[in-house]
Amino acid sequence: MDLRLTPEMAAFRDEVRGFLTAHADAYEAGQAKDPMAWQRLLIEHGYAARTIPREYGGYGAEPDVLKARIIAEAFIAAGAPRGIANQGVSMLVPTLLEVGSEGQKRRWIGPTLRGEVVWCQGYSEPGAGSDLASLQTKALEDGDDFVISGSKIWTSTAQHAQMMFCLVRTEPDAPKHEGISYVLIPMDTPGIEVRPLKTMTGHAEFNEVFFTDVRVPQANVVGGRGRGWFVANTTLKHERGMLGDPNATEARLNALIQLMREETVDGERIVDNPVFRDRLMQLQARVMAMKFNGLRVMTDETAGLARLIVKLQGCELNHQVAALAIDALGELGILYHDGPHLRARGGWQRNYMFDLGLIIGGGTAQIQKNIIAERGLGLPREPSAKVTA
Amino acid sequence: MRFALSEDQRLLQDSVVRALAAFAPLERVRRFADQEESSAPDIWQGLAEMGLPGLLIPEEHGGLGLSLLDAALAAEALGAAVAPTPFLGSAVLAPLALRGGTPEQQARWLPRLASGETTAGVAISEAVAGARDGAGLTADGGRLSGRALFVIDAPGADLLIVADRTGALHLVEAPPAPQAMRTIDDTRRLSEVVFEQVAAEPLGGNEGLDRLRDAAWVMLAADTLGAGQAMLDKAVAYAKERRQFGRVIGSFQAVKHLCAEMAAELEPARALVWYAAYAFDHAPEESTVTAAHAKAHLSEIGRFVARTSTEVHGGIGITDLLGLHYWFKRIGLNRQLLGGPERVREAAARAQGLVAA
Repeated sequence: MDLRLTPEMAAFRDEVRGFLTAHADAYEAGQAKDPMAWQRLLIEHGYAARTIPREYGGYGAEPDVLKARIIAEAFIAAGAPRGIANQGVSMLVPTLLEVGSEGQKRRWIGPTLRGEVVWCQGYSEPGAGSDLASLQTKALEDGDDFVISGSKIWTSTAQHAQMMFCLVRTEPDAPKHEGISYVLIPMDTPGIEVRPLKTMTGHAEFNEVFFTDVRVPQANVVGGRGRGWFVANTTLKHERGMLGDPNATEARLNALIQLMREETVDGERIVDNPVFRDRLMQLQARVMAMKFNGLRVMTDETAGLARLIVKLQGCELNHQVAALAIDALGELGILYHDGPHLRARGGWQRNYMFDLGLIIGGGTAQIQKNIIAERGLGLPREPSAKVTA
Repeated sequence: MRFALSEDQRLLQDSVVRALAAFAPLERVRRFADQEESSAPDIWQGLAEMGLPGLLIPEEHGGLGLSLLDAALAAEALGAAVAPTPFLGSAVLAPLALRGGTPEQQARWLPRLASGETTAGVAISEAVAGARDGAGLTADGGRLSGRALFVIDAPGADLLIVADRTGALHLVEAPPAPQAMRTIDDTRRLSEVVFEQVAAEPLGGNEGLDRLRDAAWVMLAADTLGAGQAMLDKAVAYAKERRQFGRVIGSFQAVKHLCAEMAAELEPARALVWYAAYAFDHAPEESTVTAAHAKAHLSEIGRFVARTSTEVHGGIGITDLLGLHYWFKRIGLNRQLLGGPERVREAAARAQGLVAA
């Protein structure tokens, strides 16, 4: 254990802090005033796309977990937005870097990093959720193209996206894990219909996407035909890392502490109520534990199990922080939509509901527990039930 | 920056684990737990061969001069083995208290503590967790009077570190005879000690008690971490071997998910304990908050793991024969000793200015 910063790292931290102070007028309340310009600025300074090679539009630094951590902490402390972290940046780009062709990397990574191309993820189907490999959207070979039919669900940002990275079944006779290909689909291709999927938050954070004879060049396959399951697992690994991010949880806890210090009931600050204070301390211990677990996962090669639990625990903790904020607000906590008494633009209730979706999405809590038990603890798989077709 | 144990720390922990397997196997723990002995000097002497009593004592006094993180790793191993030793009082709290002592006090006691020939007890319960049943000590003219409860590692001790009602620390040589307080956990000895005009020397300034409390909280958290990890390991091993309905029970999601939940709680808790121990030496301004959170959080997840592991074992889990209850009770004692989670969390809130003056 050595958590001290070397002079070089301390200088780096000061440099990041200096940048955030110098550009404090570019963001407000955690949001960039011009997100695309902010993103370009971050890439230019290496605070976004830091380790992506320069020839693909990144900053081109060597991976350095400590510098990544210093950047994250400085941004949290300043209340500054972290730049674009959509599915294209967080999932597609790492996947292309790992298994994409040179042409695919050059064409897609730069515009994706800069926010010029927005992606959506076409994985889940109505009949293929936790059992993703049973997906049925089919892609039939026709000359140099595939012709795709079927449907996808839980497709966030499909209504804004120019492109989709999508899993389709190209080899219907192969075993279910071996018949899948990972293909890039322009969303303006004829035959694609996007229908918003409104959730309990009252917003359509997701969509359903329907494909009717959608024609896509076979050259748009990433990682090789029939290799889609392997490619998708590359991507899911990145998604799970994104979904349990302890830095985001810490930022949310800080907002909760601020709320409890500012809000009063009958003139008494909420933080002065011992019951609420105790609940806050219980959560703070959990947030700290996940933060240090995150540091350990970055730098300790023996931390295999510690890595497997991040999605399960991180998403649950986010949900609980929102739950305490709602309880602390009391009757004000039920306000939603708009109105003069509404706090945080309804964000706490919205997070509380949306986080339940994150607990389910990206591998449900129950699937995560299977992964922890089987890969982490070596317990045997549940035997398959006999299915009558 | 590296958030990981060093090679030396891994070796240290491995060697404590191995020594405990040799000197304190479960049958030895059982003999101690049957209450016929007030201390187990054979185990302590066995651990003294590898320097455990002097872990925190400076090298010039015959110790190893290591850090609280090293002590936490040892405490974790002791909890995992439910080992009956005076480690907390004699190897951690007394040497830390003596850091505030005079050179003469240090020279008189530290070498003997380091060798393990002498042990020390610690009476700080009233000052840290609050006074019960009229307990508490008053210092007057170099003499202590009153009653101390939940005194740690008093049997056989030649030296007591004592906090009076004001929180000031004292050093008591030839302390009064302790009376056993029977607790749920028979692997450790807590005592009541009555003081009637007992001679005492003052020991350092008033900040000494806060440091002792932080260190004790980290050690109790580490002990629970070790005991909890042992309970998870036992549950997983049992779930891989026990068969019902023609399958090992670990293949049922109802069982494997319980194991996954225990692991999911223990892994981040391990990082919290490591950090709290590290902060004690390297980031003292964060020490109280992180030590308190480690103590309270490990108490909470310890209770969950203790109960859940027992349940995974089914009926055999509650028998004396299996002995799982020693770990269950060890965790139960760690939870309340020197303050239950509610009290300790209040200290965490106070230390970051969240409690109105």
